[in-house]
Amino acid sequence: MNEILKLDGVGLTYHTETAEIHAIEDVSLDIAKGEFVAIIGPSGCGKTSILSIISGLLKPSRGKVYFNGKELVKPDNSIAYMLQRDELFPWRTIEKNAYLPLEIMRVKDAKRKTDVERLLKKYGLWEFRKSYPERLSGGMRQRAALIRTLASSPELLLLDEPFSALDYQTRLEVCDDVYSIIKSEKKTALLVTHDISEAIAMADRIIVLTRRPTKILNMHLIDTDKSISPLKRRESPDFGKWFERIWRELNNENK
Amino acid sequence: MKTNENFSPEHLRYIRGKKLNGFFITSARLFLIVFIVAIWEIAADIGLIDSFLMSSPSRIVKTIGELISGGDLYGHVATTLYETVMGFLIATIVGNAFALLMWWSESFKKIIEPYLIVLNSLPKIALGPIIIVWFGSGAKSIIFMAFLVTVIVTTITMSNAFSATEAGKIMLLKSMGGTKLQILFKLVLPSSVPTFISSLKINVGMAWIGSIIGEYLSSKEGIGYLIVYGGQVFKLDLVMASTVILCILAGLMYAFVAILERVLLKQR
Repeated sequence: MNEILKLDGVGLTYHTETAEIHAIEDVSLDIAKGEFVAIIGPSGCGKTSILSIISGLLKPSRGKVYFNGKELVKPDNSIAYMLQRDELFPWRTIEKNAYLPLEIMRVKDAKRKTDVERLLKKYGLWEFRKSYPERLSGGMRQRAALIRTLASSPELLLLDEPFSALDYQTRLEVCDDVYSIIKSEKKTALLVTHDISEAIAMADRIIVLTRRPTKILNMHLIDTDKSISPLKRRESPDFGKWFERIWRELNNENK
Repeated sequence: MKTNENFSPEHLRYIRGKKLNGFFITSARLFLIVFIVAIWEIAADIGLIDSFLMSSPSRIVKTIGELISGGDLYGHVATTLYETVMGFLIATIVGNAFALLMWWSESFKKIIEPYLIVLNSLPKIALGPIIIVWFGSGAKSIIFMAFLVTVIVTTITMSNAFSATEAGKIMLLKSMGGTKLQILFKLVLPSSVPTFISSLKINVGMAWIGSIIGEYLSSKEGIGYLIVYGGQVFKLDLVMASTVILCILAGLMYAFVAILERVLLKQR
């Protein structure tokens, strides 16, 4: 069995003083090892909540999450979360920022440090390892954030709109970067985004969500050539076809 | 950034302009103080102002000289400095400890907040008589006054700084399985260092206010005592001389904190 993550009837209800909000009705899904899955949906549909639940930060009101066959109840060291902004600590150098998960998980040993060094070297941040984040461009900072995410050698990466804070040009660039890093490190990734093109360009599979209370509306297997970069994929003839279909779905949902 | 010497003439002009401007500001600063002192001195000399009421720079210098040669100055300076530094240190420690507790427990914060706000708007000098009854008329009262003036502001400032820690960064650490203690030491404290330093700078000024007020209320020694005594016996030279000494002391203490700032920011 190569299934790494399983959501079984996950639902979320939260309370404010004036209302009881049914954020997620019922979401069940399986993700296979090595798969790149994108979740897309109307704004405010609880996409981020799903990631928070998988990361163990948020307890679902109903249903269960299984990671590698075991029920997930608290943050797991093998799941890493990458947020919208890079969240690099300005008082730490790039290198020290990358070591942060190792310190928090208390697993900072020579082997892991060497592994982080390898990532810094391989992905062009080695010469900036002693620099502070403020010296780096937005794209490089996001790459540094990805290396920090990979530092603890996680199996599953949760990406919460990791490119949304970047300008369009950088966005396309970092999108390519992150994709090739994730693929060459052979990680499983779950990307949440509101950008249809980004989802089509990166994912093997796209899950389209409904409005709140959220359910799964549809699922698309993106059967383009996986060996080419996201930027190149945007040029393929199928791209427009997929875009059209998903755009229509989301549009109907927003009405 | 360009660091070699192959600057364009335009860039050299820009650098020279910057340097000239810096030179101008420094000289204007010096000129301002020299100008004021000179006008004051001349006005006193030619009888434009009454030097008995207004004193004069030369009389101030003479008075300071007398204080030094009489051997009194050291005791007064030491007393006030001790009171101020003690009040400052205790208030900084207690204020930060309270702010930490408020960060640690949201309920504690909610319970204590209204009291802090009331205490903050209360003019601390109103508590003077009570403090003297409790702590007597010595250094203890004055240290407590300096502490009281400083501690509330420290608590509020630092508590705000701790709660202003970016939610995204807290979430990041939590997603790594970070404990509350780890979040505190890896994130909340280091990210509050700049506010901590600016609070130290404010506290220096506050502690001086507290210690001088304290000495006004009751004391037998100290710069504040000299000022009040000088006023009562109409020795305006003494009042002015003490004020100048106070300016120098406060400036030195501020400079000390500024050095501490550089050290702390480097080590963060």
